[in-house]
Amino acid sequence: MPQHTFTVNGRSVTVEAPDDLPTLWALRDKLGVTGPKYGCGINVCKACTSHLDGAAFNPCVTPVAEVAGRSVTTIEGLADGDTLHPVQQAWLEQDVAQCGYCQPGQIMAAAALLERTDDPTDADIDAIENVCRCGSYFRVRQAIKRAAELRRAR
Amino acid sequence: MTRFRRRAMLTLLVAAPTLTVAGELLPTAAQAAVPTLPQLADLVDLGDVLILAGAPTAHMLVLRVDTDGTATLRLPRAEVGQGITTAAAMLVAEELDLPLDRVHVELDDARPELSSSQLTGSSNAIRSLYGPVRRAAATARARLVAAAAARLRTVDLRTRDGLVVAGDGRTARYGELAAAAAEPSLLVGPVITKPDRDLRVIGTPANRIDARAMVTGQQRYTLDLDVPGARPTMVRRPPTINGRVAAVANEAAVRAMPGVLAVAVVATGVAVVAETFGQALDAKDALVVSWTAGTVDGESDATVSTRLRAAAAGFGGPPLLGQAVDAEFDFAFVSHAPMETNSAIADVRADRAEIWSALKSPVQVQSGIAQALGMAEDDVTVHVVQGGGSFGRRLFGDAAVEAALISQAVGMPVKLMWSRVDDMRHGRARAASHHKIRVVHALGSVLSLDHRVAAVETDFGHGVGDAVTANAEQLPVADDLAFPNIVFRTTVKSPYNFGLTNQSLVEVPMGFHTGSWRSVYSANTRGAEEIVVDEVAEAAGKDPVAFRREHLKTARQRAVLDKVAAEGRWGRAMPAGFAQGVGFHDEYKSCVAYLVEIDARDPRAPRVLKATCAVDVGRAVNPRGLESQMLGGLTDAISTTLRAGLHIDAGLPLEGSYSQFHYARQKDSPTDVRVFVMPATGDPGGAGELGVPAAVGAIANAYARATGVKPRSFPLVFPVDFEPYPR
Ligand code: FES
Ligand code: FES
Repeated sequence: MPQHTFTVNGRSVTVEAPDDLPTLWALRDKLGVTGPKYGCGINVCKACTSHLDGAAFNPCVTPVAEVAGRSVTTIEGLADGDTLHPVQQAWLEQDVAQCGYCQPGQIMAAAALLERTDDPTDADIDAIENVCRCGSYFRVRQAIKRAAELRRAR
Repeated sequence: MTRFRRRAMLTLLVAAPTLTVAGELLPTAAQAAVPTLPQLADLVDLGDVLILAGAPTAHMLVLRVDTDGTATLRLPRAEVGQGITTAAAMLVAEELDLPLDRVHVELDDARPELSSSQLTGSSNAIRSLYGPVRRAAATARARLVAAAAARLRTVDLRTRDGLVVAGDGRTARYGELAAAAAEPSLLVGPVITKPDRDLRVIGTPANRIDARAMVTGQQRYTLDLDVPGARPTMVRRPPTINGRVAAVANEAAVRAMPGVLAVAVVATGVAVVAETFGQALDAKDALVVSWTAGTVDGESDATVSTRLRAAAAGFGGPPLLGQAVDAEFDFAFVSHAPMETNSAIADVRADRAEIWSALKSPVQVQSGIAQALGMAEDDVTVHVVQGGGSFGRRLFGDAAVEAALISQAVGMPVKLMWSRVDDMRHGRARAASHHKIRVVHALGSVLSLDHRVAAVETDFGHGVGDAVTANAEQLPVADDLAFPNIVFRTTVKSPYNFGLTNQSLVEVPMGFHTGSWRSVYSANTRGAEEIVVDEVAEAAGKDPVAFRREHLKTARQRAVLDKVAAEGRWGRAMPAGFAQGVGFHDEYKSCVAYLVEIDARDPRAPRVLKATCAVDVGRAVNPRGLESQMLGGLTDAISTTLRAGLHIDAGLPLEGSYSQFHYARQKDSPTDVRVFVMPATGDPGGAGELGVPAAVGAIANAYARATGVKPRSFPLVFPVDFEPYPR
């Protein structure tokens, strides 16, 4: 069985898995990193959204062989110790989460958006495709705008 | 998850739940409207029936105060995103005078002795818990005060912030008193819950107690649990609903695939257990299976529609008096599609079974699993896990039963996950329905409303069904109602004085997997009526808000409508292709109005831009949580009114993904939403399902006003705009 070494939330890990095993299952089933969620497995719902070398990616359709030697950040690794990322902080302020299942993906997508643009417009936010079946979109939108403020103030 | 230890203090408390009857039934203002007699749901609604069913055991709550000064409530309900754990914690914090962050809430395992009081549905969690949880906490507080009295040798005592404070300034912390407070011999004073004027936590917006866990990825859902030995498991399902396995052609080859641990044929398909879900998925897709026919192989959208239309009787010729506004509506099936697909963990041994799943009806699921496994109920432990959405779906424990049977068949613990495709195609759905509505009016007065609904049968084979059936004889109706009509008539009513009012339901049994979907019959039934209200107003030459105002039954309802009209600037000028729309709904002792603005310049790509909501639930325990519910109801209405539904083709839904079932995304959602919570007037009513019907009406009415097209078939924009997945 091939071995794949990569970084998850700052820690170096090695998993034994077929090359084509989606990274989502390497994380969840082999490493016990359960923050990224399954919602479709085909890059539609975006519940699994995490970061690969700092940019948003969807581990449900990324073979584990492709992340070898690279750095994966999941929702568990977004905060700096006990200091929450501005997006997480804004999510708390706006009390965004309902069932919460989509929120790791929403937060990671928002954090990646803010890396690309520090003052996102409504159109930028509209481009986020993450499904929230609880329908929390308006609070997600407010929280992204608030996170942008918090981030600029830091 | 661990059985609680009798470490510090246990209270088992007696409550006195009563069946409440709605006040304010009779119209107050003198008006042209022809009064409508109170309907059954005005007198007793489904929530009342379930509260009554649960009454004998509603007080059997376990609240613990620990030596560290925290309190923990074991809540016999499901948390699926509605915020019930936060609201329950607030009730405890209020009566115990303890800061909210020192109150923990754990979901109770299935407790058969609770029977119907361990049910989460019909928007009644707060309604059913409001008294019992407060009394439990007030009793705990009384015991702590009694323990402090003995220790401090004074009866001049108050409580605040987790302290008992004596008149002379001495204090004792709850944690220090917990053990003494648990003494059975303690003499305890009267237990009195706070009068409304003293409420400080109840009614004050609070953030979710689980919010931090959610934003840091620490919140554990079923499949995130680390149950020793439980392996990823998926099921290959039939090409049509309820088909069964005839033969598996390549079982040995699939067993030999990498990572595959076991393959077993079960009633619902072929289960594959593997090292990872990725491998289980590949292996179940690789199976070559032949299947028997399912239960709806001959059914497609057209056949369903024909049967429903035939089942709802027509009105015949024109009315003898006045003019009729007639309208017919069709609503497609709608998947519940919670983000967390159907899932469960099961560890079944020879003599016992342990189950983990998000369950709203765990007592019934426990007995179902015991039966399926051939075990005694006592040998089956069912843990209720926080769920990733429900919308009615998790009233059913089908994943839990399936997981238990698979675990038994393969002889190892399993972690069962449904694929998204299966969750949409073989999961449950809101039943398709057809509506014939006639409103007769003359000289500006409405004389009658007649609404005939025909719907594919909704499956109530869960705890709500049992509780209703067991209590049907207590309903104040003269005639014997068949089951679906009990649910229909205890939930559906018209808020208007529309003279003679008749709303009726005919169900058509068809063999689909259905289930009540947030607001059960009301989303379609009341949503359609709200569209007709606009059309009657137009026929009478009246403004839609003014017309509603004239016909609403109570001052409380009119206040909600007035609020939304004022805050949403009803009647402001809009460019061509844009319009406002309004909708109103009253259910479970609560009422709500939405005013939305839509951009329908392209009628095939409408977007709701703005929404204003005013809501009166009697008393909002957590106004911030209530706002979330109103936001969720709005998004559900945007989705199901405009674009989200299931196409049925030869016994199976075509949709198998959110790229095909068009539940709203961020780009479909308004950029401006405001929710106004009306001041408290009494005890809490229901809230979870309240929003949907009013929002459906508001959106459809806005669409009609923007496009000039009468909305009749839902969702309004519903092409098969995708290549369906193979079966
Ligand atoms: S699970 Fe990765 S996009 Fe849906
Ligand atoms: S919070 Fe439940 S799916 Fe987004």
